[in-house]
Amino acid sequence: MNLSFDFSFYSWDLVSNFILKGLYFSVMLTLVATLGGIFFGTLLAMMRLSGRKWLIVPATIYVDGMRSIPLVMVILWFFLLVPLLIGAPIGAEASATVTFIAFEAAYFSEIMRAGIQSIPRGQVFAGQALGMTYGQNMRLIVLPQAFRNMLPVLLTQTIILFQDTSLVYAIGAYDMLKGFEVAGKNYGRPIEAFIAAAVVYFVICYSLSWLVKRLHKKIAIIH
Amino acid sequence: MIELKSVSKWYGSFQVLDDCSTRIEKGEVVVVCGPSGSGKSTLIKTINALEPVQKGEIWVNGTPVHDPKTDLPKLRSHVGMVFQHFELFPHLTVTQNLTIAQVKVLRRSLDEARKRGLKMLERVGLMAHKDKFPGQLSGGQQQRVAIARALSMDPIVMLFDEPTSALDPEMVGEVLDVMVSLANEGMTMMCVTHEMGFARKVASRVIFMDVGGKILEDCTKEDFFGNPDARQPRTKDFLGKILQH
Ligand SMILES: Nc1ncnc2c1ncn2[C@@H]1O[C@H](COP(=O)(O)OP(=O)(O)OP(=O)(O)O)[C@@H](O)[C@H]1O
Ligand SMILES: [Mg+2]
Repeated sequence: MNLSFDFSFYSWDLVSNFILKGLYFSVMLTLVATLGGIFFGTLLAMMRLSGRKWLIVPATIYVDGMRSIPLVMVILWFFLLVPLLIGAPIGAEASATVTFIAFEAAYFSEIMRAGIQSIPRGQVFAGQALGMTYGQNMRLIVLPQAFRNMLPVLLTQTIILFQDTSLVYAIGAYDMLKGFEVAGKNYGRPIEAFIAAAVVYFVICYSLSWLVKRLHKKIAIIH
Repeated sequence: MIELKSVSKWYGSFQVLDDCSTRIEKGEVVVVCGPSGSGKSTLIKTINALEPVQKGEIWVNGTPVHDPKTDLPKLRSHVGMVFQHFELFPHLTVTQNLTIAQVKVLRRSLDEARKRGLKMLERVGLMAHKDKFPGQLSGGQQQRVAIARALSMDPIVMLFDEPTSALDPEMVGEVLDVMVSLANEGMTMMCVTHEMGFARKVASRVIFMDVGGKILEDCTKEDFFGNPDARQPRTKDFLGKILQH
């Protein structure tokens, strides 16, 4: 077996023709799924902590259900089933975006639930005693603190999410990994392309983890 | 101003308040004391409905607190409350702590809220700390900010739940001083506290609660301290214990 690699085919042209488009999609998917996931995840967490059975039961089933299925299957099912349900095909990219938001919401909801529960009851009492409604108390007192306490965990989940975006290969969406794959094929150097992809994923994720650690020290609430 | 009529409360089958009745007139300072677990915190929290009750009536300034139709946020916005553990909002600065409810609940402009808040901060002597976060202040300072926060809402009555019992001894005085001056200005106050010096100085009446959530004594300060023979044995026993140290 010849293990000598030749990366000399990499050029700005290759990067701009094949990789950037994929990288852009991977990053956008990560951002949108993070924001959407945190938004819906927070709603799910609030449902589970509401003390009302008709809110707790569906939210629990949804979260536990999503967390028990491999992401790649959700991606596939969604891509295959939704067109049947709505009677029109949806693009791989749109399908992937909706799937990721729905899937990540389950994971973010567990993080936000832990975050909300970490806020002492006395804080809620204090907000109430000042005349805040349930919504104001959540929005102004509980969630901002929960969010700050949980930020490192949320960002770590985002890094995992960025890696997981590569699973959209299952439905043929054009993400960063796909970009490297196509480039490798076009230049007849698939192995080098996948190595380069691994390096780029590693560098991005490793730098993000390092940033999370630094950020954590900076934003921690003083108690 | 405040009236409790036969208020009872249970946690499951465990009774925490047992047929509690009392009245607090405008300008009165009522001190509530009693052993741990007797329901003092629960009693004071029923007045602004932080703790709902199963039986009895609670009236605050003509508003029926026990009535499910009562707008509780509105009622609470003019009943000030100070907690044992301060409960300042740690993610907000001192000034933001003072203004947030004024703006969001009372709908004051930020300018007006700041003016009012800082005036109250001045009065508790902490103007120099207006831009700090609560975590950067000592316990006594935090509690004074908490009092200023409650006062910023222009409350008609102030409720205190053991405001000094989480403080180091050397900080108790600075908080009590603020409370004494409030009392002297005619604020209606209900204070759960074991600071009998404070009670002697400013209380109009003293309520003694005993385990099981019963109000055992409800009498004037003069009677409470000056007439031990008229007191229940449980009260004398308790007073003997806390006055020893
Ligand atoms: N959420 C709750 N569920 C069940 N029991 C409770 C709850 N909150 C309080 N209790 C019980 O109710 C009783 C009265 O509590 P409360 O906090 O009012 O007492 P307290 O007089 O303020 O005591 P302390 O001096 O320790 O503050 C206690 O026996 C307590 O264990
Ligand atoms: Mg208590």
